[in-house]
Amino acid sequence: MKTIKVSVVTPDGPVYESDVEMVSTKALSGELGILPGHIPMVAPLQIGAVRLISGGNTEYVAVSGGLLEVRPEQVTILAQAAEVSDNIDVDRALRAKERAENLLHQQKQENIDFKRAELALKRAINRLDVAGK
Amino acid sequence: MGSLRDIKNKITSTKKMSQITKAMEMVAASNFTRAEQNAKAFVPYMEKIQEVTASVALGSSDAAHPMLVKRPVKKTAYLVITAERGLKGSFNSNVLRAAMQGINARHQSKDEYVIISLGKVGREFFKKRDMNIALDLTGIANQPTFAEVKDTVNKTIGMFIDGAFDELYMFYNHFVNPIQNDVIEKKILPLTDIETSKKPMSYEFEPSAEEILEVLLPQYAESLIFGALLDSKAGEHAAGMLAMKNATDNAKELINSYSLLFNRARQAAITQEITEIVGGAAALE
Repeated sequence: MKTIKVSVVTPDGPVYESDVEMVSTKALSGELGILPGHIPMVAPLQIGAVRLISGGNTEYVAVSGGLLEVRPEQVTILAQAAEVSDNIDVDRALRAKERAENLLHQQKQENIDFKRAELALKRAINRLDVAGK
Repeated sequence: MGSLRDIKNKITSTKKMSQITKAMEMVAASNFTRAEQNAKAFVPYMEKIQEVTASVALGSSDAAHPMLVKRPVKKTAYLVITAERGLKGSFNSNVLRAAMQGINARHQSKDEYVIISLGKVGREFFKKRDMNIALDLTGIANQPTFAEVKDTVNKTIGMFIDGAFDELYMFYNHFVNPIQNDVIEKKILPLTDIETSKKPMSYEFEPSAEEILEVLLPQYAESLIFGALLDSKAGEHAAGMLAMKNATDNAKELINSYSLLFNRARQAAITQEITEIVGGAAALE
């Protein structure tokens, strides 16, 4: 089976690098599956899980938004934070989730903090989801 | 020349001091190694994002974004990166002097600009001079992670988009080698010159170039600032290492000259004692 090189890089260093058969991501416009030989493409990502499928195994990487860059022989994911499922700190994510939920309960009005808390909650839930897989 | 005990005290205290500076040198050395690794780990991200940004921004000339557009300058912001504390040789003063020169050359009144300060030394400096500090971040770790500075950087970009200022310059120490830091002045916003070494690719955009720029440009500007911070941190630890090494060497020199003084004083005392004894014996005869 043909493979494609995938790397997930963050400002704190590369998080994942390997050859896989298929990359499945959640772009802003919807689910996006990429196979080897895809045309060059750029797409923004949602906070979500990236699935990396090779040889019947599926690995999960949690990304907090960012960008997907596709070339025929390589896929690069540029995210401000990303973790492979095994490396997720579940306790920290749980705490972050609680914190964000509290913030959301406190202030129902529309402002920037509300938005930020919402994003934080999304990231925490995403980490927990990915860690649970 | 002081008494024997005075000199002895001086030697002991200088020795203690040199132990402290030696320890600080070693701490700075280990921080420096890690800071250099962090800066290295950041390179792939920076290169990639630069490449993609250049391809998208240059490849689709019809895509306009507020961060790419020059607008009439009513207010300028200066982002200055300093260390968290002193004892770093000329590290802080160099960058602050360059920033002051840059600001004084461009502005007459304090209302024309705001300061964004990363690092405690810079904050104190600008505060003392009553300059407008729009944002500041202190207590930056020796090995900063992106998550730590994300908020401040995010707000900086947000302020530009909201029109709180119309240009953003950055002053920081660029780490050249362990004995040299160069102060760099760089214009970050608006993003006018996005350089790349690689040939721009032509991409498909999903969903559209505008929407990608919406995500990409803030991320790019944030990474420029974070990259400068990592660079500055490596320089900071190197400067700290050098300053403490010099201090240790100076202390050693001081100890040597004090020891010489001490030995001389001791010999003088012995000689005097002998003369006194001999004198006393002679008087008895």
